[in-house]
Amino acid sequence: MKRLLVPLVAGVLLSTAACGSDPSSDARAPAKDTTLTVFAASSLKGTFTEIGQKFEDANPGVTVTFSFAGSSDLVAQISQGAPADVFASADTENMDKATADGLVEGTPVNFATNTLEIATPPDNPAKVDSLDDLASPDVKTVICAAEVPCGAATAGLEKVAGVDIAPVSEEQSVTDVLGKVVSGEADAGLVYVTDVKGAAGQVIGIEVPEASQVVNTYPTAVLSGSSNASVARAFTAYVVGPEGQAVLAAAGFAQP
Amino acid sequence: MSRPSRSSGLPRWVFVPAAVGALFILLPLVALASQVEWSHFVDLITSESSRSALVLSLRTSAISTVLCLLLGVPMALVLARTSFRGQGALRSLVLLPLVLPPVVGGIALLYTFGRKGLLGETIEVLGLQIAFSTTAVVIAQTFVSLPFLVVSLEGALRTAGEQYEVVASTLGARPTTVLRRVTLPLVLPGLAAGAVLSFARALGEFGATITFAGSLEGVTRTLPLEIYLQRESDPDAAVALSLVLVVVAVLVIALVRGPRREAL
Amino acid sequence: MSLHVAAAFTDRDVRVELDLADGETVAVLGPNGSGKSTLLAAIAGIARPDAGRAVLDGTTLFDVAVGTWMAPHARGTALMAQDPLLFPHLDVLDNVGFGPRSAGATRGAARAVARTWLAEVDATDLADRRTAQLSGGQAQRVAVARALAAKPRLLLLDEPMAALDVTVVPAMRQVLRRVLAGRSAIIVTHDVLDALLLADRVVVMEGGRVVEHGPTRQVLARPRSSFGAGIAGLNQARGVAESGAVRTPAGLLVAGLHDSIDVPEGAAAVAVFSPSAVSVHTERPSGSPRNVFAATVRELEPHGSQVRVQTDEISADVTAPVVAELDLAPGAAVFLAVKASEVAIYAT
Repeated sequence: MKRLLVPLVAGVLLSTAACGSDPSSDARAPAKDTTLTVFAASSLKGTFTEIGQKFEDANPGVTVTFSFAGSSDLVAQISQGAPADVFASADTENMDKATADGLVEGTPVNFATNTLEIATPPDNPAKVDSLDDLASPDVKTVICAAEVPCGAATAGLEKVAGVDIAPVSEEQSVTDVLGKVVSGEADAGLVYVTDVKGAAGQVIGIEVPEASQVVNTYPTAVLSGSSNASVARAFTAYVVGPEGQAVLAAAGFAQP
Repeated sequence: MSRPSRSSGLPRWVFVPAAVGALFILLPLVALASQVEWSHFVDLITSESSRSALVLSLRTSAISTVLCLLLGVPMALVLARTSFRGQGALRSLVLLPLVLPPVVGGIALLYTFGRKGLLGETIEVLGLQIAFSTTAVVIAQTFVSLPFLVVSLEGALRTAGEQYEVVASTLGARPTTVLRRVTLPLVLPGLAAGAVLSFARALGEFGATITFAGSLEGVTRTLPLEIYLQRESDPDAAVALSLVLVVVAVLVIALVRGPRREAL
Repeated sequence: MSLHVAAAFTDRDVRVELDLADGETVAVLGPNGSGKSTLLAAIAGIARPDAGRAVLDGTTLFDVAVGTWMAPHARGTALMAQDPLLFPHLDVLDNVGFGPRSAGATRGAARAVARTWLAEVDATDLADRRTAQLSGGQAQRVAVARALAAKPRLLLLDEPMAALDVTVVPAMRQVLRRVLAGRSAIIVTHDVLDALLLADRVVVMEGGRVVEHGPTRQVLARPRSSFGAGIAGLNQARGVAESGAVRTPAGLLVAGLHDSIDVPEGAAAVAVFSPSAVSVHTERPSGSPRNVFAATVRELEPHGSQVRVQTDEISADVTAPVVAELDLAPGAAVFLAVKASEVAIYAT
């Protein structure tokens, strides 16, 4: 009974999982029509969707599908055998982890950098104009938790600037920080320059001079599990190439 | 077969999907337990941040349960013992947090109690700060767990019926006396079950809290939020803390099921 | 404690009016669905009539015309139904003490009152029991004590013996006889024995209306309604108790249920049995019946599908073929037999 049931359960679970995943992933394309699966950090959603579109236009027969999530989640999924061709991380730590686990083919390439900036609601209710203001308990500041990449960057920035921020909340992701500022719950938040640009009009950005010393670097790599390694390599090249860089620059990313 | 239940004439094949279903629930728990680093288990669950998250969770869940009792008991009484126009619709609405994704609940609470919310500005004028406070956690937990109490208690009240209350009133007991000395003692098991379920739901609350209350150690970062965060940097700690929540959940189920089975 | 009540329920087609004098017990008789319980519910305040008013001892319980409605707890009308409905979370003593406690008595005082009333219904030994440990008869006795302990101005009994095992009914009836004496009460029943033994007056309801009312003996002796006729004509042998039987002045000895209530030797007693329990013979029957009486037929009259054979003291219902077979006619000498198990004996 038990011997029969375990594979049965596994079968049920796997087929359910297959239904839930991207429809294109279960049809491994014949040679001509290639589907490329890219696992990319959440903060790359806008830019990579656009780059993917351009890449498809430039390479007829190729379809690019994305899975956007937190970088550490993506690494965990890849190491559990998720079918992905390309990985684009929001920090070098997670890429290092993937490399150390032997998930990456070749050497990762850095394709963009991002720096932190203060975001406040458009009316800037707490009259924030520098990082020092965020140390005041009267200013409701929201930052990323130290456990996630943007939080590590925030901690680095605090150290460089010699400021001890008193946050009212340490969020799980940078989008959560941005959300709290957009909704007006928080007076200020530390987010990436690209986030401020992406939320055009809903928040105002205040530059932090010291932020240039705490640069967050985005690396990308072809994964060793890829069944379309050549197309995957073409994609990473496209990202670091002029077309990809133009899209990234427009969104506020800097070059590495 | 010695067990009488086997003679009920259930088709044999029913046992196969039933067993699959049971395994479907049990296997993940076994998998979780198998991932625990037992050698560090105690260290992992007694770290400063873990303890503070656990204490915060227990404290806020207890307060939420009390709030659920204060608000839910009268709600269940009104739903079970009166009839008025639109009662059916009201009952469905009250149950909404049961089926609503907690994130949606969190967003709704944000637009109610948030600084820019419906009541938020009024509350701020009164000098109360709800945003990013432990109060926000309690509000989120109460919001999602209140229906559990109302549902169990209303069911218990309907099962108990009104006949004892009628007798009590003809014996000269005022409505409040009837409530205190007859109605509530009669539905005590249902009330206890509802309170325990509410507590459990509050303890497990994640979505509404992270959306509405934020996440700060000792203030708003409850155990589920701590687990979610630890997962980023220390998966072992996340697994260990998850097991703690599983154990609490099992205890809660035992508490609810135990006395009832005895009564049967 | 006089009561006047007039109540109408439109949807149930019930329209009743009833008066009750101080200390009087009225039995409301009638078939199921005749509106008896509805009347009690209106008086107790657990059903709202569409029209009418009720005044208990000068206090208006309700007056639909002017919109007066007194809450049930303020009426002083304890209601007891066929289901004893003892509170399952309280023991017997605290059940009985519920009324006094609700009226503000301390726990100790309420328990003292409860003990008095438990003694009144012969249930002192049940005081510490859980209600789940009681038999049906015991529970109903406790329910009587609980209702009385609330010091009601008016006691309402809704078929208090309908759910009891037949073997415990006589004992229960005896308890009610004792506690209802001189008390204002309304007892709804479909058993004519209750009316006979417990009530001063009878009200017969049919189809939501009072069709007949008057002193118990009078209504039962000369019933005018069909329900009254159906229940009338019960054999009653009155006399004194003599070793589990009743000796009538005419010398008849009527034996009753072996385990019916103890009536002290020599006390006034009545033996009650239905005409349909009486069999008619032309020769002295041999065998089991303990009660065999020689009698002379006085009259034969149709009674429903049967024929009622009237003798000087006892009447019997037999079928028409039996009348023909035995060649029964006024003046015929017969033997009447009735099993002791069909006879109920009560002290009077």
